Amino acid sequence: MKRYTIFVITENFIGILNRITIIFTRRGINIDALTASESRLEGIHRITIEVTASEDTVIQLVNQIEKIIDVIKAFYHEDESVVYQEIALYKIPVSRLDGGLEKIIRQHNAKIIAAEPDFVVLELTGHKEQTQELLEILKGYGLLEFARSGRVAVAKRMLTIDSFVK
Amino acid sequence: MKDSMIRGADIVVRSLIAENAEIIFGYPGGAIMPVYDALHDYHDQLRHVLTRHEQGAIHAAQGYARVSGKVGVCIATSGPGATNLITGLADAQIDSTPLVCITGQVASHLLGTDAFQETDVVGISMPATKWNIQVRRVEDIASAIAKGFYIAKSGRPGPVLIDITKDAQTNFGEFNYSKCLGFRSYRTHIPVEKTAIQEAAFLINMAKRPYLLFGQGVVLGEAEEELKAFLDKSGIPAASTLLGSGALSEDHPNYVGKLGMHGNYAPNLLTNQCDVLIAVGMRFDDRVTGDLKRYAKQAKVIHLELDPAEINKIVKCEVAVLGSCKDSLSLLADAVNVNAYPDWMAKFQELADQENATVIQPDLKPTKPGLTMGEVIHQINQYKADDAILVTDVGQHQMIAWRYFNYKKPRTQVTSGGLGTMGFALPAALGAQMYDFSRQVVCVVGDGGIQMTIQELGTIMQTKAPVKIVLLNNNFLGMVRQWQQMFFDKRYSFTELDNPDFVKIAEAYSIQAQKVTERGDLQEAIEDMLIHDGPYFLEVVVEKEDNVFPMIATGCSVEEVRLS
Ligand SMILES: Cc1ncc(C[n+]2csc(CCOP(=O)(O)OP(=O)(O)O)c2C)c(N)n1
Ligand SMILES: [Mg+2]
Repeated sequence: MKRYTIFVITENFIGILNRITIIFTRRGINIDALTASESRLEGIHRITIEVTASEDTVIQLVNQIEKIIDVIKAFYHEDESVVYQEIALYKIPVSRLDGGLEKIIRQHNAKIIAAEPDFVVLELTGHKEQTQELLEILKGYGLLEFARSGRVAVAKRMLTIDSFVK
Repeated sequence: MKDSMIRGADIVVRSLIAENAEIIFGYPGGAIMPVYDALHDYHDQLRHVLTRHEQGAIHAAQGYARVSGKVGVCIATSGPGATNLITGLADAQIDSTPLVCITGQVASHLLGTDAFQETDVVGISMPATKWNIQVRRVEDIASAIAKGFYIAKSGRPGPVLIDITKDAQTNFGEFNYSKCLGFRSYRTHIPVEKTAIQEAAFLINMAKRPYLLFGQGVVLGEAEEELKAFLDKSGIPAASTLLGSGALSEDHPNYVGKLGMHGNYAPNLLTNQCDVLIAVGMRFDDRVTGDLKRYAKQAKVIHLELDPAEINKIVKCEVAVLGSCKDSLSLLADAVNVNAYPDWMAKFQELADQENATVIQPDLKPTKPGLTMGEVIHQINQYKADDAILVTDVGQHQMIAWRYFNYKKPRTQVTSGGLGTMGFALPAALGAQMYDFSRQVVCVVGDGGIQMTIQELGTIMQTKAPVKIVLLNNNFLGMVRQWQQMFFDKRYSFTELDNPDFVKIAEAYSIQAQKVTERGDLQEAIEDMLIHDGPYFLEVVVEKEDNVFPMIATGCSVEEVRLS
């Protein structure tokens, strides 16, 4: 089992996300994270799916996804061959803001992006290991809320999506 | 409003006509009523058959599609009408049958409000369709239907569902139909790679014991001639899957029989003795492979397949030849040597003789008093036309009929293979017969399965489709009973049936009917049935507790195929 990123380039068609996710649920495979966005080309969307599985399984998943009529291309990469980021937000009560916390924020390169009378919101962008590490620490500071995005990723290789869209 | 504007419902019907649909099967209801109203105006151009249940409509469309090679069309209303199609969609999806199913939907402003007869049919049918779409605007109807027909028929065929809201059917729009010729996200033609052919030919030319397995892909790809030419030249023995039957005449000298749980002895057993295995248009269903860990491990596998997702899905192959097997088989035929494998063929013959002595003779020429299913099929073979179509339901009779029916022509085999849907046969036979009244269509069905869709006798009555229905009555859910006998200590839990008087039922539908209980009456009854002008119902009371052999029990390897 390893972590893989599956990239899907697709027409912007209602229901496409459903069709993709049932390929996972049918096989009892959990999606670790999923993001969908527009691509550089109009009308074409890209979906990034993070999954922990064997490579054989990932190949089957990609083949089945690519078989979906409105999917233009699907492919997968190991973590080493993608550049990716995730964003995490942490909500902390103001009452716990002290010198210790300030140091932690500095060390982790986190940012305070909102300050309200009762709480502050910290932001950290990075890989899951980094945002997770900060999460564990902040649990000791009365963490009120935590949210982490799915992976946004681009592949390292030089192919562009134009080559799939002919 | 311009004069050229027509109702959405008329656009639906005219689009179907533009796609050369000749017949559709369906059942009306509120949300599809505008289309039914439009059908009234076009009945001279588009025939509609009213079935007695939507499941009957879709199975009929499947039967029609399977024998004609065309897209089968069915229509139903929203809610329960649409959900009644689901079994047929799942069946068509797994057996790659081209269908376009049109369902009515509540008006678009009511979507998502739990309106009367509203069901999320696009959501429900998603895993059971090749493609589906909801159309909410009149101007999108024609293009959705055009795309639907293209998707259903091209590439690896499959079912398409188009859900059309009632307001889209009643609103007015322009009708200018243009057929779909393709679009960027969907590739249908995969050119065969030369290197793959060379590698495959190399393996084949080196092989001592090559063996070819063919499936329905040969029929769907219309590659029957190419298969025959390849076999003629290469001399390689060939066996068929359930849905491959008909792709090669069983009289062909290289034909060695059938694969799978109840296939023939030699073709299963020798899978584990070949050195090169050539799989053509088949997908290594678990009913074919038995225990995968012990399936053809000694062989180098060459897979000729159109669907890239099938490559290495079940069995890892040495050489994948992607593309239509019509193309790949003919290229491969050019690249292989003329050859013959007399010793290898003799092995098949030797095992076939064993099967013949222990299984086939007792099945076809029984000496015990009770009638066997096998002798019924044997008699049908004596009198049937070469191009007779055999439609079967699911169970023991299905396996026996498949084993003993003498397939000579393509598209003469209609059965529910991948899904194993009881209740399939009667409506599918009706659909097959609607394609061509002059063909013999024989529907072999069990006493359990016929009662799942027996209401379609009404459709047969109304259309006068001359289907020959052969009910093999063992008063049991026989296939399940066989498993109970073999694997559950003969604990016959809820498999025995108290059956109605089937002949009376058929007669109530004005279908000529006869019941045979004695061997002496069988031959004449079958002759009578096959020459009868019109539908005919023949019930044959067979031995209650006969079993189907050979058999590869679940979890066993192909080489553990049993003769008893
Ligand atoms: C819709 C459906 N329900 C249940 C089954 C499971 N099943 C497979 S064969 C069979 C028995 C069929 O009995 P019958 O139609 O009498 O045929 P026989 O085996 O006796 O020839 C059953 C219940 C099925 N295949 N399809
Ligand atoms: Mg029965």
